[in-house]
Amino acid sequence: MSSVTYHHLRSDVIERLQAGTLLTEGPGQATRYAYAEAIVELGARNPGVVVLDADVSKSLRTTAFAEAFPDRSFNFGIAEQNMIAAAAGMATTGLIPFASGYAVFLTMRALDQVRNSVHYPRLNVKIASSHGGITPGPDGPTHQGQEDLSLMRAIGNSTVVAGADTLSTKLATWAAAEWEGPVYLSFTRDPVPDLYAPSYPFEIGRAITLREGNDATIVAIRDMVSQSLVAAQMLADQGIDVQVIDCHTLKPLDEATILEAARATGAVVTAESNVLMGGLGSAVAELLVENHPVPMMRIGMRDGFAESGPYASILDKYGMSAAHIAAAVERVIARR
Amino acid sequence: MTELSALMSVDELKTMAATIRCDIIEMICNAQAGHPGGSLSATDIVTALYFRVMRIDPARPDWPERDRFILSKGHACPVWYSALAERGYFDKAHLGTLRQLNSILQGHPDMRKTPGIDMTAGSLGHGLSAGLGMALSGRLRHRDYHVWVVVGDGEVQEGSVWEAAMAAPKWKLGNLTVIVDRNRLQNDACVSEVMPVAPLADKWKAFGWHVVEMDGHDMAAVVAALEAARVAREQPVAIIAHTVKGKGVSYMEGQAEWHGRAPCEEEAACALDEIRRCACE
Repeated sequence: MSSVTYHHLRSDVIERLQAGTLLTEGPGQATRYAYAEAIVELGARNPGVVVLDADVSKSLRTTAFAEAFPDRSFNFGIAEQNMIAAAAGMATTGLIPFASGYAVFLTMRALDQVRNSVHYPRLNVKIASSHGGITPGPDGPTHQGQEDLSLMRAIGNSTVVAGADTLSTKLATWAAAEWEGPVYLSFTRDPVPDLYAPSYPFEIGRAITLREGNDATIVAIRDMVSQSLVAAQMLADQGIDVQVIDCHTLKPLDEATILEAARATGAVVTAESNVLMGGLGSAVAELLVENHPVPMMRIGMRDGFAESGPYASILDKYGMSAAHIAAAVERVIARR
Repeated sequence: MTELSALMSVDELKTMAATIRCDIIEMICNAQAGHPGGSLSATDIVTALYFRVMRIDPARPDWPERDRFILSKGHACPVWYSALAERGYFDKAHLGTLRQLNSILQGHPDMRKTPGIDMTAGSLGHGLSAGLGMALSGRLRHRDYHVWVVVGDGEVQEGSVWEAAMAAPKWKLGNLTVIVDRNRLQNDACVSEVMPVAPLADKWKAFGWHVVEMDGHDMAAVVAALEAARVAREQPVAIIAHTVKGKGVSYMEGQAEWHGRAPCEEEAACALDEIRRCACE
């Protein structure tokens, strides 16, 4: 147990992992709030940053930006299509618009604007998207953005990033502002644990190994990173030693890091609260099948829709909890 | 000092409009694909903007203070390409490459490929929102430019147009003008038959716009309406331009089939002859 090597985790996170309380105790928050905190700091540093809302500024807490910079805050009401295309127009003039809202409506109601007016012309629009994956548990399927990663990954010129906690989401928000071109940022509606120590080295396109391990690799994104760390602890208790990677950037995928992990451990499990078609599991499977096939399983939403309920209960019922990830690891190791 | 506006007289504008109509016919005939009807209906409006009304500099297509133009009905891009070429944004030789591989002139406008294109267009219902964003940015940064957006009357069937229509008066965007090319035809048939949009003026008024109606082919009236729209006010302007689809080519006028059909060489020669003959009268 003492031989496990972790990287960039807070010391209290390691203690709570070992005590089995990471998901139930300690500091943490919805990453949408981390975005809201980051955007206010960013607004102070960069006068070109503007925030666009779609009547959910209270939910994302971008109200704080509106209070700090009222002339750079634009509430479009319940009109995501207009907001996204207006953001594109703003970007043509050199502004850096962060269009904020909910994943289902930003990536589906306004998908035509996202594709044709933002990504095709490579305009410098940042889409700040809460309620990603099935993280809005109690709201039910109409608000569970379980396809957002798949849809955004499929679009040309896209960059798709989802932080796993407060610090990584803040760093992702700041990095997005520096990135030339569109960036999709996916946030959680429900709280996730604060995982990272200040040493966490965020860079768009660079996956980060959080836990060293030799028996298999778990590649996770967004809210499933903390689930994967818990899964690794469960497996450690059985003497199975797994590597855990935070693949915060779905696109461009850090192919080198994932291939190196597959070669080193020979078995891979992916974890996302996104549909299995087109998201992280698909991306990793496509990479491995063409370069270095190894036994692999994907954890995520199977075809269909979930239901209302507490976020943790939905993970349990729909096969995406830490226990499900751990079981998948055992199966890929058995197939190796 | 760089020339900011061509400032053509109404007579000169009429001659230029005839030249642009000829370019449109030649481009679409050459490509054997494209949308002549809606290009010809918007020709007088686009000509007046590029050769008289807009504050632009062809030598500096990225000039931050320039007026912005968006052809939201992007399928009518031959009229835009011709105006840009005639105005000097790029060599007229490019017009012969419309819709061909490696051309700077895509089937629908691409701001990354064509000098002078301020916004990519093609998916209907986006342009007014994009123009709204440009106008908000101009206001925020105290820039004096005006944003011009041409939408089709069929295009306003897209719900997102009305999201933008609702938003522009909220922000009192007097630096934004939408021109509705009211040619009464769309791809399938008459607008009134496919999905009625009337009463257009009342709709824009109800949304809070200053509404003007004009004959979109009376060059003096077009110039007057556009120049009046540029006057500072705290309200966006909607100009309903009553036009004829296929204007200038009698066998295309008022015919929905010429929305997206290319003339053969014989038809094109006939069209060019008519446009040139009328321009001389």
